[in-house]
Amino acid sequence: MTNIKKIAVLGGGVAGMETSIQLNRLGYQVDLIEIEDKLGGHVRNWYKLFPDHKPADEFLEKLISNLSATDVQIKTSIQINAFLRKEKKLCLFDQACEFGVYDAVVVATGFDLFEAYRKEEYGFGIYKNVITSAGLETMFLGKTIKTSGGNVPKRVGLVHCVGSRDEKCGNLHCSKVCCITAVKQAITLRQMLPNTEVFCFYMDMRMFGPSYEELYREAQEKWAVRFIRGRISEAAQNADETILIKTEDTLTGRQLKMNVDLLVLMVGMLPSKGTTVIGKKTGLDFGMNRFLKVKDEHYHANETNQEGIFVAGSASAPMNISDTISHARAAATAVDHYLKTTDHERFSEKNNIRNLEKALHEK
Amino acid sequence: MATFGFSILKDRQIDYDNNDHRLFRFIEEQEPSIRLCIGCGGCTAGCTAAGFTGFNYRKLNYLLMRGETEHLQKGIQQCMLCGKCKLVCPRGVNTRNMIFALKRAFKTPLWEELQKKINV
Repeated sequence: MTNIKKIAVLGGGVAGMETSIQLNRLGYQVDLIEIEDKLGGHVRNWYKLFPDHKPADEFLEKLISNLSATDVQIKTSIQINAFLRKEKKLCLFDQACEFGVYDAVVVATGFDLFEAYRKEEYGFGIYKNVITSAGLETMFLGKTIKTSGGNVPKRVGLVHCVGSRDEKCGNLHCSKVCCITAVKQAITLRQMLPNTEVFCFYMDMRMFGPSYEELYREAQEKWAVRFIRGRISEAAQNADETILIKTEDTLTGRQLKMNVDLLVLMVGMLPSKGTTVIGKKTGLDFGMNRFLKVKDEHYHANETNQEGIFVAGSASAPMNISDTISHARAAATAVDHYLKTTDHERFSEKNNIRNLEKALHEK
Repeated sequence: MATFGFSILKDRQIDYDNNDHRLFRFIEEQEPSIRLCIGCGGCTAGCTAAGFTGFNYRKLNYLLMRGETEHLQKGIQQCMLCGKCKLVCPRGVNTRNMIFALKRAFKTPLWEELQKKINV
C-alpha cells in the first residue's frame, strides 16, 4: 500500500471538500487541511443559494455526507506556514514541525470578503444601519430583519459593486457574484417583509449564470424590486438613524436622494489571507487582481507555475458555487493526470502541443 | 408667402458618421482617462453644481465622446472645479483635467471651426 500517492488539499471550503472527494474516489490518499475548527468555509454563513433559493445548509450537508463516505483525512485547526521541496515530494510544515510529505498539493484557500469600512463614504462601522451583504445573510438566518432601533425596515437599499470595479480601493476586478446575490437578497427581503420597499443601486447587472437573468426578471415582475442605475456617492446618517443616500439616477440624468432604513453593501471578493500566505510561501504567481495566477485561463485553469501545486476554486478568481464545484473536479483530474504520467511523458506531451501549435502557425 | 406656423424640426439623432470627432481626439490625447468612463454617475451624484444647475459631468463626457460638441462650452460653465467627482470616480477618470482640457480647446482654431459648423 506504500505506493498510494498522497495529496494535501489546503482549505476546507466548497472547493477543498469537493477536490478531496473526487481525488479520494480516484484512489488517492487525501489530507484535507483547514485552518478553522470547522469545514464549510463561507457557505456556513449563507441562508439560501442563488438562483434556486436552495437552503445553504442543505447543500453543505450533501457535500459533507459525500465527504464522510470517503476516507479523506480531515485535519482542522491546522495552519500551514512553511513549505519545502524534497526531490519530487512536497513537505508542508505546521508551526515548526513537519506536518506531512505529499506528491501533490491543491490550494483551495478561497476568498475573503472586502472589508466594507474601507469605503468610508458609505459609513459601514460608523452608521448603525449600514450593514454588509454577509450581515444581511446573518439576519436572514436569525429570521429577524430589524434596524438599529429594533423596527422592521420600511425601505432597504442594496448597493452593488462595493469594493469591486473600484480603482479607489485598488480592486479593478468584478467579483461576479454580488449582482446575483443582490437580486437573491432583494427577493428574500420582499418574501420576509412584504410591506418593505427594496431598491438595488447598480452600475451593470451581470447575470452571467444559467437562470440568473430569469431571476432578475422575477425580481421585477413578481417581487417588484426597484432597480436604479447609479453608483451611490455617499451615505449620511439622519437624526433618527435612517440613512440618506445620494446617487445619480443615470437613466433619467438627474441627481437622486433617498432615505432608507437599512443600507446593505454588496461586498466583493478578495483573495483570502490564507491564499496570499500560501501563495507566497510556495512561490506561486499572482495575477493583477492578487488572486493566484493559473497557467492558462482556458486549458490549464488548475495548474500553477509550480510543479505539483494546483489550485481549485476562488483562490484563483471570484467564483460562484457551481463554478467552484466544476473547478474543483477539474483540479482532481489535473492532479490525477499529473500523478499518473512521468516527467518524460509530460515533456513529450508539451512538445507535441508545441509542435502542433507550430504546424498550425506555419499553415 | 403664407405661413402656417409649421417648421421643419431639427433631427435629434446623434449623427455619428457626420459628427466631427476631432475635439474628442484632441481632449483624449491630453486626458486619455476619459475613455475609462462606465457611466456609473458617481461624479454627478456628489456634484455641488449639479444640484442647482443642469450641470452633468457624465453627460458632457458622453456628448464629447459622441462628437456632440454644441452644448459643451455652455455646459462646463457651471463647474466649480471642486474636484469631488475625481475623488469619487471608480475608474480613475481625471474629470477635472477634462474640464481644463476643454477650456484650453475653446481657445484653439479647431473650436472656431467647429463653432462655424454649428452655426451654419
